Amino acid sequence: MRPETEAELAETVAGLNGPVRIVGGSTRGVFGEGQELCTTGLRGIELYEPGALTLVAKAGTPVAEIEAALAAEGQRLAFEPMDHRGLLGTRGEPTIGGVVAANVSGPRRVQAGACRDFLLGVRYVDGTGQIVKNGGRVMKNVTGYDLVKLMAGSWGTLGLLSEVSLKVLPQSEAETTLAVRVPDVERAVQVSSVGLGSPFEVTGAAYDPAAGQALLRIEGFADWVDYRTGRLGALLAEHGDVERVGESGAVWRAIRDVEMFHGTTGDVWRISVTPKEAPGIAARAEAEKLLFDWGGGLIWALVPEGADLRARLGAFDGHATLVRASEETRASLGMFQPEPPALAALSNGLRQRFDPRGLFNPGLMG
Amino acid sequence: MEMPKPDPGVLARKAKLVERLLKVLPKDAVIHDEAETRVYECDALTAYKCAPMLAVLPSSTQEVSEVLRICHAAGVPVVPRGAGTSLAGGALPTADSVILGVARMNEVLETDYENRIIRVQSGRTNLSVTGAVEEEEFFYAPDPSSQLACAIAGNIAMNSGGAHCLKYGVTTNNLLGVTMVLMDGTVVEIGGAYLDAGGLDLLGVICGSEGQLGVVTEATLRILRKPEGARPVLMGFDDNEVAGQCVSDIIKSGILPVAIEFMDRLCIQACENFAGAGYPDCEALLIVEVEGSEAEIDSQLAKIIEIARRHNPVELRESQSEEESARIWLGRKSAFGAMGQINDYMCLDGTIPVSALPMVLRRIGELSDEYGLPVGNVFHAGDGNMHPLILFDANKPGDLEKCEAFGAEILKLCVDAGGCLTGEHGVGIEKRDLMLHQYGRADLEAQMAVKDVFDPAWLLNPAKVFPLEVSEARRAARMAAE
Repeated sequence: MRPETEAELAETVAGLNGPVRIVGGSTRGVFGEGQELCTTGLRGIELYEPGALTLVAKAGTPVAEIEAALAAEGQRLAFEPMDHRGLLGTRGEPTIGGVVAANVSGPRRVQAGACRDFLLGVRYVDGTGQIVKNGGRVMKNVTGYDLVKLMAGSWGTLGLLSEVSLKVLPQSEAETTLAVRVPDVERAVQVSSVGLGSPFEVTGAAYDPAAGQALLRIEGFADWVDYRTGRLGALLAEHGDVERVGESGAVWRAIRDVEMFHGTTGDVWRISVTPKEAPGIAARAEAEKLLFDWGGGLIWALVPEGADLRARLGAFDGHATLVRASEETRASLGMFQPEPPALAALSNGLRQRFDPRGLFNPGLMG
Repeated sequence: MEMPKPDPGVLARKAKLVERLLKVLPKDAVIHDEAETRVYECDALTAYKCAPMLAVLPSSTQEVSEVLRICHAAGVPVVPRGAGTSLAGGALPTADSVILGVARMNEVLETDYENRIIRVQSGRTNLSVTGAVEEEEFFYAPDPSSQLACAIAGNIAMNSGGAHCLKYGVTTNNLLGVTMVLMDGTVVEIGGAYLDAGGLDLLGVICGSEGQLGVVTEATLRILRKPEGARPVLMGFDDNEVAGQCVSDIIKSGILPVAIEFMDRLCIQACENFAGAGYPDCEALLIVEVEGSEAEIDSQLAKIIEIARRHNPVELRESQSEEESARIWLGRKSAFGAMGQINDYMCLDGTIPVSALPMVLRRIGELSDEYGLPVGNVFHAGDGNMHPLILFDANKPGDLEKCEAFGAEILKLCVDAGGCLTGEHGVGIEKRDLMLHQYGRADLEAQMAVKDVFDPAWLLNPAKVFPLEVSEARRAARMAAE
């Protein structure tokens, strides 16, 4: 099923008599029962006003098309959405609807915010085939409940996105990365905290244990990037040898897309955690490979197939998502961290109200 | 503004309710004397008043939970209240309701600079959150004009913004976790000191839900390191539209100022008389502020001034000292107070796409002539969040009604221009009946479905946000169930 208009999409949903698996470009590894319902027929940028920092696009529009349009005006999606294809071994063209549905953000999330923070409005079709809109195309909007946030990261389980409206930001003129040699993750988190707690607006703070370097990114106008890197470098010097990486675009793309895990075997988990707790959590993960982003607040862990990472971690402040695994492992462990009963009741209640027939990606989130 | 009729059944149970509440709260935390409940008869939208049946002032999450459990069992509506600074009537009671004030819960529970968070009780005021961390050069970014008085609870309920959210975002972008009590007394913890809470983004829908989904008692907030410095520049223009064009050009240039504020002649004069900020005598004034080191500020302001010069400004002045910057901002932040000295006023809060600014300002001027009521415009131009202030005389019969009708026209104009009814104040009762201009019934059904899940009996702040006729069936079901 591949409807080409929102009206067709609504009709299709209304006529469904069994579950569907919602896909855009099929790049983010959504699994589950049912027929595929594909959104790539809904394609195109509907409105782009660089002077208002706003872009509205149909959900099936390729991310590449949007990024190209923004680049032509010197702007970008500031939340730096990850491309899952390398990690998951998927093909296809990532869509903006997929980015929003999975609330996909990259390294800059730590400073600029997540995808959900840049989402201004949505149109979607609920589980009864009803078209619903929420939010709009303006940056400040508190008119009624914010279903926009609720839809971001709901993985299609509350509704099928047909259109999204995003806040965009100017590209930066220059970028420099400071690489600080550190012996372990404790020290890496410390260095990141110094950077992120400085007035120099660090827009990326990652640590690759294999390289033994904490990486801190500074972006902006060329003259101030120079000044800030100088000041920050001096601040970090007491923590380890500091090296300046000039053209670091590829370095951050690699972190964004978790390139060091590409082509590996084993399961990949994504753990959101309080940065200070990252060293302890990472130790408990007993992972084959680790990558730290968001100043320690995001841990990527590669573990042997079928390992129950959540059992290894025990209770902690945060959550672990199973990003890459066999269907069996995902079915047995679940993609998302189980919620405490009171929250699970609210989430289930919402799913029942938005999708009363349980059509959209059933079981994916709970 | 119509409010539901008080439920006589609830009123009849007042004595019993007081008795039960006194079992879980200290005596001074249950206010039921008619003279004392009047303190809670309105918030900052003072045109509408109604004393609640009683008010409670719990001191802990546990006490909030007990209160809500009791009210839930008794089928009594509860209106949560932060500091009572809502401009939309968000904390306006009904005569059969219990006001639940969080003012006594104002402690800082944890500051953690390494993880860049602060955890506070929700009754703490916005400015005192920054106050708790500024020793270490940190701050809490959302800065509503009422920040000296307004509580974090209300900020979360209304998803409050402020002048500096062009760069730092609004409350929802700076909120990491909450402890919240549901209407039946259940305590839930959502999110925490980490980014992006797991599961569905419940935090996202709670923020801005106007106290209709639960009572937030504690919040984990993101704190940021203060920039090295900040400096505003004043730009005067002899035409509103030109000022609007200048805003758009600045944004397009790739510079992201931390704030771009706009004032028209009426507001400029009122603020100048009030704060003596040295505002120029002109039709439209922009305050553009940038942050960074001295050199960074110089280079950004040079770029901004170069753009402004292309629009033939009548005045271009960089602040020369911290004292002058403070005066410039004092003028802007006292705009509502300054206008209040001239006359009674109604403050609107519609948001429009920045590109529609000239058209909307022109049309507001025309409407002002038609209605015979003056309007001052002061707003966050960078993000299109307007604050037209309509002046009227509350003592003149018919003037309030005329003002309301005029206000409604302006808000509809904002929606028709591609914007929305409210950018940061919330719907409350004020914009409740205009919701169908922005949203269809199905859109409102989807929002009300969220309330059905969190508060199935529709007891929390029930007569707000949704037009009464739209929410009537749900509210009536509650009454029938009693």
